[in-house]
Amino acid sequence: MIAPHGGRLVNRVVEGGERDRLLGLAPKLHKVVLNAREMADVDMIAVGAMSPLEGFMEQADYAAVLATRRLKNGLPWTVPIVLSVKPGDDAGQFKEGSDVALETQDGQLLAVLHLAAKWKMDKGDEARKVLRTDDKAHPGVGYLDSIGDTYLGGRISVVNRLKYDKYNNRRLDPVETRVLFKQKGWKTVAAFQTRNPIHRAHEYLTKVALEIVDGLMLHPLMGETKSDDVPADVRMQCYEALLASYYPKERTALVVYPQAMRYGGPSEAVLHAICRQNYGVSHFLVGRDHAGVGSYYGSYDAQKIFDEYSPGEIGINLLKFENSFWCKRTNGMASTKSSPATPEERINLSGTQVRDMLRAGTIPPVEFTRPEIAQILINALKAK
Amino acid sequence: MRESKVTVKIPRPLYRKVQLVIENSGFSSPTDFIVFVLRDLLGEAELKGAAAAAAGASASAIEAAEDFNASDLAAVKQKLKNLGYL
Repeated sequence: MIAPHGGRLVNRVVEGGERDRLLGLAPKLHKVVLNAREMADVDMIAVGAMSPLEGFMEQADYAAVLATRRLKNGLPWTVPIVLSVKPGDDAGQFKEGSDVALETQDGQLLAVLHLAAKWKMDKGDEARKVLRTDDKAHPGVGYLDSIGDTYLGGRISVVNRLKYDKYNNRRLDPVETRVLFKQKGWKTVAAFQTRNPIHRAHEYLTKVALEIVDGLMLHPLMGETKSDDVPADVRMQCYEALLASYYPKERTALVVYPQAMRYGGPSEAVLHAICRQNYGVSHFLVGRDHAGVGSYYGSYDAQKIFDEYSPGEIGINLLKFENSFWCKRTNGMASTKSSPATPEERINLSGTQVRDMLRAGTIPPVEFTRPEIAQILINALKAK
Repeated sequence: MRESKVTVKIPRPLYRKVQLVIENSGFSSPTDFIVFVLRDLLGEAELKGAAAAAAGASASAIEAAEDFNASDLAAVKQKLKNLGYL
């Protein structure tokens, strides 16, 4: 099975005497109340989903990621995984060398940060280097604007796993997906990242992947997304409906990916791939405008960025896909790589066209989306 | 996941030194301190092997990365069955 990024699956969940010690210590510590993105990051770091990270990045790693798209030890990494002091909180209370309690918004202790580095960050610099824009309309830039400008870095010791309200029957840690793949006998596994309902084009990519690997993990991102994305509940209904009728049960698994969206396009595509490698995935699908938003990134920037690394530096294999569509000439799903069809011979609706149809209660053509999926989306829009 | 434990013998003078070191340190016992130090050291050693592993670890090294004991593995399998994955 594929090795985790960096060679070792990190485990930062503490138990026994050390957990008791930290639980006793925590009430005396200064605390940071985590936002949704940071809570998800803590939970992913805890179980090795972000291996080799053992905590929030320290300044040296942060600077290396911004400057070189690598950690300071040279391993590829593109997105800062950072903890911010919240606006209104006194950054001076946090002393390097001390411990800091990390709490949820409802006051539950999750972890202790062993604070090793504190520094002022430059929001514009981070935005330009990671998100490739400092346009305030970009949701990732908007997030940076909403947080404080001091970062805290260091290893974390997780004393309580984050409790989720939803989809607990679909949540597996990297250790668990690795056992799943072994038990299934899947030597090669493709993962599909999505934050949208799956239409025929996406289905096609995953089916092509299934032709060449042993198993498919549908791994929808269920962490924080922007408010106008399709809500997680609706998306989950779509995934379950699609899997129930159109995929071979023995060769597919639906598992929640708990990370929050950064909308970082190419940078985030690398993060998504590395994390999937930690889950034991051997092949990762990257389609058109992966993790993009608006028109901030070129259609295939999220594929091109992987060319910056030498073969083998990122262990997971990429399956790069062109935009796909229903081809009237060949009477099947295709892409420009496999079909000679003219644009007029392609059924490929824009997001706006689809939204307009769904709002009107019209089911889009079956060549574009499965009727079951369309009906779920129509019902969700009606219920708004 | 609960870990199974084994006994490791160390020289008594060393144990006494550890007792002195952990006074007021927050560690509840010499055992906790020793486990903490060993884990830290082993983690560092494993990180040094990261480049080789990233370049293509051998099958045995990959297996070692998945550091389960038998009861952990059984618990994971049971969870996967309960959730309908297996």
